[in-house]
Amino acid sequence: MTETQTLPGDTLLYLGGVTVSFDGFRALNALSLVLEKGEMRAVIGPNGAGKTTMMDVITGKTRPDTGKVMFGVNTDLTQLDEPAIAALGIGRKFQKPTVFEPHTVWDNILLALAGDRKPRFSLWAKETAEERTRIESVLETVRMKDQRHRLGGDLSHGQKQWLEIGMLLAQEPQLLLVDEPVAGMTDAETEQTAELLREINKTRSVVVVEHDMAFVRALDVKVTVLHEGSVLSEGSIDNVSADPRVVEVYLGR
Amino acid sequence: MRRLLAFLMIAAVSLASGPSKADPVDDAVTALSSGSFDSVHEGVGQLVASGSPRAAAIIGSLQNGKLYFRPDHTLFIKQDDGTYVGALTGTPAEAGAVKPVKVNNAIRGAMDAALGALRLFSPDAATRMTAAEAVFHAADPAALPALTKALEKEADPAVKVRMQQARAAVVLASPDGAEADRVAAVGVLRARGDIDARGFLASLSDQPPAVAAAITSALTAIDRLAQIWSVGQSIYYGLSLGSVLLLAAAGLAITFGVMGVINMAHGEMVMIGAYTTFVVQQFMRAHTPGLYGASLLFAVPLAFMVSGSIGIVIERTLIRWLYGRPLETLLATWGLSLVLQQAVRTIFGANNQDVDTPPWMSGATALGGLTLTWNRMYIILFSAVVLAGLMAALRYTSLGLRMRAVTQNRRMAAAMGIRTPWIDALTFGLGSGIAGMAGVALSQIDNVSPNLGQSYIIDSFMVVVFGGVGNLWGTTLGALTLGIVNKFLEPVAGAVVAKIVVLVLLILFIQRRPRGMFPLKGRAVES
Amino acid sequence: MKLDRTAYLTLALSLGVPVALALLNQTTEVGSALHIPTYVVALAGKYLCYAMLALAVDLVWGFAGILSLGHAAFFALGGYAMGMYLMRQIGTRGVYGNAELPDFMVFLGWHELPWYWQGSQWFPFAVAMALIVPGVLAMGFGWLAFRSRVTGVYLSIITQALTYALLLAFFRNDMGFGGNNGMTDFKDILGLNVQADSTRSALMVISALCLCVQYLVARFVVQSRFGKVLIAVRNTESRTRFLGYRPEAYKLVVWTLSAVMAGIGGALYVPQVGIINPSEFAPANSIEAVIWVAVGGRGTLSGAILGAVAVNFGKTWFTGMLPDYWLYALGALFIFVTLFLPKGIMGLFAKRAAKPVAVLEVAE
Repeated sequence: MTETQTLPGDTLLYLGGVTVSFDGFRALNALSLVLEKGEMRAVIGPNGAGKTTMMDVITGKTRPDTGKVMFGVNTDLTQLDEPAIAALGIGRKFQKPTVFEPHTVWDNILLALAGDRKPRFSLWAKETAEERTRIESVLETVRMKDQRHRLGGDLSHGQKQWLEIGMLLAQEPQLLLVDEPVAGMTDAETEQTAELLREINKTRSVVVVEHDMAFVRALDVKVTVLHEGSVLSEGSIDNVSADPRVVEVYLGR
Repeated sequence: MRRLLAFLMIAAVSLASGPSKADPVDDAVTALSSGSFDSVHEGVGQLVASGSPRAAAIIGSLQNGKLYFRPDHTLFIKQDDGTYVGALTGTPAEAGAVKPVKVNNAIRGAMDAALGALRLFSPDAATRMTAAEAVFHAADPAALPALTKALEKEADPAVKVRMQQARAAVVLASPDGAEADRVAAVGVLRARGDIDARGFLASLSDQPPAVAAAITSALTAIDRLAQIWSVGQSIYYGLSLGSVLLLAAAGLAITFGVMGVINMAHGEMVMIGAYTTFVVQQFMRAHTPGLYGASLLFAVPLAFMVSGSIGIVIERTLIRWLYGRPLETLLATWGLSLVLQQAVRTIFGANNQDVDTPPWMSGATALGGLTLTWNRMYIILFSAVVLAGLMAALRYTSLGLRMRAVTQNRRMAAAMGIRTPWIDALTFGLGSGIAGMAGVALSQIDNVSPNLGQSYIIDSFMVVVFGGVGNLWGTTLGALTLGIVNKFLEPVAGAVVAKIVVLVLLILFIQRRPRGMFPLKGRAVES
Repeated sequence: MKLDRTAYLTLALSLGVPVALALLNQTTEVGSALHIPTYVVALAGKYLCYAMLALAVDLVWGFAGILSLGHAAFFALGGYAMGMYLMRQIGTRGVYGNAELPDFMVFLGWHELPWYWQGSQWFPFAVAMALIVPGVLAMGFGWLAFRSRVTGVYLSIITQALTYALLLAFFRNDMGFGGNNGMTDFKDILGLNVQADSTRSALMVISALCLCVQYLVARFVVQSRFGKVLIAVRNTESRTRFLGYRPEAYKLVVWTLSAVMAGIGGALYVPQVGIINPSEFAPANSIEAVIWVAVGGRGTLSGAILGAVAVNFGKTWFTGMLPDYWLYALGALFIFVTLFLPKGIMGLFAKRAAKPVAVLEVAE
């Protein structure tokens, strides 16, 4: 396709005309979106706008009916499954915080660490000093050093959110997809999370799906508004807030 | 001998309808009273061909040696009391010096054929039908004149067709006759197209080339038709097996498909329905024998209530503690199924119980080349009715509405004031009750034993999973498909191998389409 | 590999008790107060084989969240592989005295061994088949099932269909495995009389050794990083996938290993009980094995062994004393354990503070 050739070299993620239908219902309708390397993007939109489905398409969980999904310049994500896409360097945090509840915080990070994922390797793998250093550094970043021996299932909601972000970091992805990271967090925690994401964004690209407008404003990045499976508006938070269509379908409700 | 006879009969008929205007009955009487075997022989044929209403009585008395003649060509029948009646009049008559009409073997044979032919003139259409069929099977050329005559008079179209087929057989069996007639006769038998027609056509040999060619092509056509019928028969058997599967699985489609509860004791709900039938029949035999024929009509609602109530009790005491834990539910209900089986074994014993099939469900009817057994027909109808009732109940009743509301969004339903636990219990009861009704049907075709349910549980789950969970149409199509595939494989591979093949195909299918033929799609599935 | 107190205790009991029974059976006189009758040895041997099956079930159910309702199929296949060897050892001592063909083949009027019976007269070959046949079947089945992401009860139901299909197949005489009657009347194993007290004791001790080795292997697997991934898969399969793991590969490895373990159990079971027939494939057997694990404590390995021995001891007792009530007891046990004892007997002992091998919770 010519579209990819005309893309600038620093494009990390490209979605072109992506359509996904479930039983006649169009969850995504010719959605197009371009994310540059190092960019952080906030995606907002009312319920059913297609935010989670967009994440599903990028991570290989859902195959689009039509459209292109390119990672970098020449990787077609629609041809790959979830583990392959994860191995390319796309990490995902779920809307509902999803950590391995039977495992300790330490083991959760250990399992997420970038490295060989094959059974043959993991059967004989020993925890190396290098791995320990990396786990320590991730724990440091997400401020969970003191929680390392606690089980995932015993953590509070906010702690689970952070652990999941920590697992994402341990994967060392180029692109993080973060679905509603501050749902259920206190104001202070929300603040800290925004700071954490900005920190992460220094080295990696991030897509954040969020409902919390205060949080989006705090991130202060380019915003994409989805509505009925397509992009309704795109720009700075102030621009999109002023867009009458956005006000009508989303903000003004 | 036969050829001679045929010749004589044809001659007689042509004589009778020929230019000679003499009364054929008189000619026959003259021949019979001539005293020579050959003439008597001829006379029997003439008598039949005359169409005289007394012909049967006269030939019958000749068979019994009660026919006498006077030299003046008058015939009398001797009564048991020794008096005589006039053979043609049937009224008492003074006989005088009479001699018995003597017969030989040739004449006896002619009489048998004649009596058979005579029944072609019976006033009763059913008798004429049987007679025509008998003539078809005998294919005796001697019957041709009578048959031709009968055809002329025949008014009933069905009997007429049968007679034409008989005539065709006779024409083909006789050594002579125009080639065009014979080819036309082959055409008639080809149109009949059943196994008898095929057998008869295949038995013909030494035919002229045109007739032989017609026979060959008729045989091919009949064989093709037979193949189509046998496919139809397989479909019928498949539908019948499919509707049995559907009955067993319909309840599961509710408990598993709609509620998501893995009830391994579902088969026992079926089994309890079958035992309810047994108990109802025992009770009615003892107390209301007059209504015994309708016992199944009483058993159906009762089985629904018995299995349904047990289902409600199970839901309230066991299942409700295990919602959201499907594997645990599976184990606990399996344990329950063991207890229920053993309880039935303790109460009724381990042996099979006799459940009667009422007379109106026994027997079979033929439809073209199909044999339709009544009990299977009723089960197909019953499962269609149950399915329709179930769909209507889910769609149109307020309970159905609330059930759907609870399965779609439990918390919202609760917020709307629906008592969700009660709806859960009723839904489970409904599924179990339907299993009970299935048990009534299965009691008609399977052994009623404590193990009855076990043999259906795997099949039922397969049907529900194959069709797509939560979709009654999928369940229906799944059941019918499995039934038909099974019955088509059976003649090729044998019953056991067919079953294994179906299981393996299902395993492979589920692995290709883990959510069945008609999966539910969308985000609701993920949670 | 770290071994904790439970592990040492499990190993000590699994090996110590059988060795003690064997010694008492072999060294004391019949009638002596210390004498262990041979039927007890045979029974203990049977329990140990069941324990191997339970261990196999626990490995996949307790750690990978795969509830197999068809594991007895692998057990039975291992058993049939050994049964074929034992049939070939009968030789001319059979009813028909045919040196080459087992009796049931002579009875069916067969004149030569089917191709799949070739080599079955060699013990090492039989042992190899007892490992390979269940392993290959499991691998093929698992490859199809896990790749297409069949999980939860759907997987359970098709595992049950698998064993049901095998049950029907082995009932057929044409299969060449003795049909309905299966194989029995064994005489020798490795030249030793299978009925002899000493052979029985030896087989039981070998079963105990195999069980201990299997326990150690299973423990190694679940404590490795591989095991951590498995538990993660059991907990949230999709999450592991987004982390870049292929759950199907992990499941396939542990599923195949588990089938081989069950096959070994079956191979040792047949010479000790003296018969193998298609009823071993009955879906009920597989589900019973699951309840052993549930009783002992899912995801604990030691609990699987404990549960298998305890439930089967109960079964022996009940069928001896109150035969009509065994199914009531078994049924009630299913219900009781799932409702009131979700962590099994091991859960009663586990201290709150102790870190279990795996935390029990629902995988779905």
